[in-house]
Amino acid sequence: MSVGGGDRLGPQTKAHFPLLGRQVRGRPIVYLDSAASSQKPRSVLDAMNSYYETINANVHRGAYEIAAQATEAMEAARTAVARFVNAPSADEIVFTKNVTEAINLVARSWGGANLGPGDAVVVTEMEHHANIVPWHIMAAEKGFELRWIGVGPDGQLDLSDLDRLLDGAKLLGVTAMSNVLGTLNPVRRLADAAHDAGALVLVDAAQYVPHLPTDVQALGADFLGFTGHKMCGPTGIGVLWARAELLEAMPPFLGGGEMILDVRKDGFLPNHIPHKFEAGTPPIAEIVGLGAAVRYLDGLGMDRVREHEVGLTAYALRTLQDRYGPELAVHGPSEPACRGGVLSMSFRDIHPHDLSQVLDDRGVCVRAGHHCAKPLMRHLGVPATTRASLYVYNDTADVDALADALGAAGEFFAP
Amino acid sequence: MAGLEDLYREIILDHYRNPRNRGELEVPPAVQAVGFNPLCGDEVVVYVEVSDGVITDVSTGGQGCSISQSSASMMSTAVKGRKVSEVRRLVRAFKHMMSIHGTGIGGAGDDLDDDGSGGNGAADVKLGDLEALRGVVKFPVRIKCATLSWNTLVQAIDETFA
Repeated sequence: MSVGGGDRLGPQTKAHFPLLGRQVRGRPIVYLDSAASSQKPRSVLDAMNSYYETINANVHRGAYEIAAQATEAMEAARTAVARFVNAPSADEIVFTKNVTEAINLVARSWGGANLGPGDAVVVTEMEHHANIVPWHIMAAEKGFELRWIGVGPDGQLDLSDLDRLLDGAKLLGVTAMSNVLGTLNPVRRLADAAHDAGALVLVDAAQYVPHLPTDVQALGADFLGFTGHKMCGPTGIGVLWARAELLEAMPPFLGGGEMILDVRKDGFLPNHIPHKFEAGTPPIAEIVGLGAAVRYLDGLGMDRVREHEVGLTAYALRTLQDRYGPELAVHGPSEPACRGGVLSMSFRDIHPHDLSQVLDDRGVCVRAGHHCAKPLMRHLGVPATTRASLYVYNDTADVDALADALGAAGEFFAP
Repeated sequence: MAGLEDLYREIILDHYRNPRNRGELEVPPAVQAVGFNPLCGDEVVVYVEVSDGVITDVSTGGQGCSISQSSASMMSTAVKGRKVSEVRRLVRAFKHMMSIHGTGIGGAGDDLDDDGSGGNGAADVKLGDLEALRGVVKFPVRIKCATLSWNTLVQAIDETFA
């Protein structure tokens, strides 16, 4: 790909995002932390404002016009989200608070009903804590075994022992794209192997859905979670997609209003899916915002988004290599086509907190820390990394600003 | 707007590059405590040896950023050879300086004075070189880096007398 390949989307989309017009310490903001949370385009902010200004009312059961319009807006967003990930039915889209809640829902509801002593759940060493801790909690309660797929060279999963790990497993939990390494995992291959072994597959797609065209059916997943705020949408809204028959069979997660068909003094009858899993008033404006985010990304075209990010990632890897050589390590796959635009860096022996502090002084926003992946940090042998992550609005100028700021940090902390 | 020079004072960078009292002590007679900063994965190990109410030796290990490492180094030089009662007063004074409330920037939610004593009785304590860490308060996310080794020191002292 040409050097300018990364500029395909960035410069034209930047103007869609009001926050990216601001300055930090007299310099234009360089936002490179979209793996933590993306910025929001004007269309998403407008959709949420418009909801509050014109049709704000509680959804379902309202007999008046704006309540019906609010319900319609929410369900239209559900349909748009279903189409965005090629779900067979909008009934399979459960709105949650975030991916964390989506995975906890599966662990608590499906896991509570299906896991016990003698069973096993398999996860990978590169999972986010959100796909580890819920299984630790349930394992302590239910007495099943938690098994680990390790990480091998070049930030790829070590699948040499996969058959043994899956033997007797009931669920495989895997991230579609590592939030630290950027690794795109072979989800389809893992799903086929898991299904052959009689296990279901839960995919943490928090870093995948915002960046690549997603087809839950082609991936072979049984459960797949993602979150709105990493894909141009608001915070507080996430999605659990699961196959309808699984959702039908699972017990409710939270109890309350909306998730019931009938309540008597001696029990209750749960609502149909997806409402069975959506107790209480939902975050309506956020759902509307997520619908607008999906429309925005559809407008850009997810194929173009992916192409843009591969080009920009290649430019970034090349620029950092040219400028800093072996002094700067970018963890994860070296081939841009095998990874997302997440660049976890170790620069000389400068601690990530110190590095990110100097970057911040130059308006460059990156994340420092363990990125909620402590087992992976231990595997890499580092306490933390400095992570820059790319999205639709980033361009080669942002990458250049990062490279310059790293140089300034190197001078500041020169021995 | 606080600049980098407010945070990275020369004396801090010196302690970071040339940490004092770095390493391990034999346990026992020393007592060891480990502190974690869950935000960034930093960890600090503090060894203290107490004899007749005096900290006769102190050493620190672990890994972390320049602020946590230099603060640990400065802490070790500040407490070595001093009475435990004096050290407890020094810890209070240091944590008071490290609290947003303590330096008068304002804002609620100070959770650093977890012994509930605030800065009371600590005003007369001389902080000396530790004053260099005062600028950390202008970077609130870094306060926990600076206080990590001090909280771990208190843990080790408390264990000594447990």
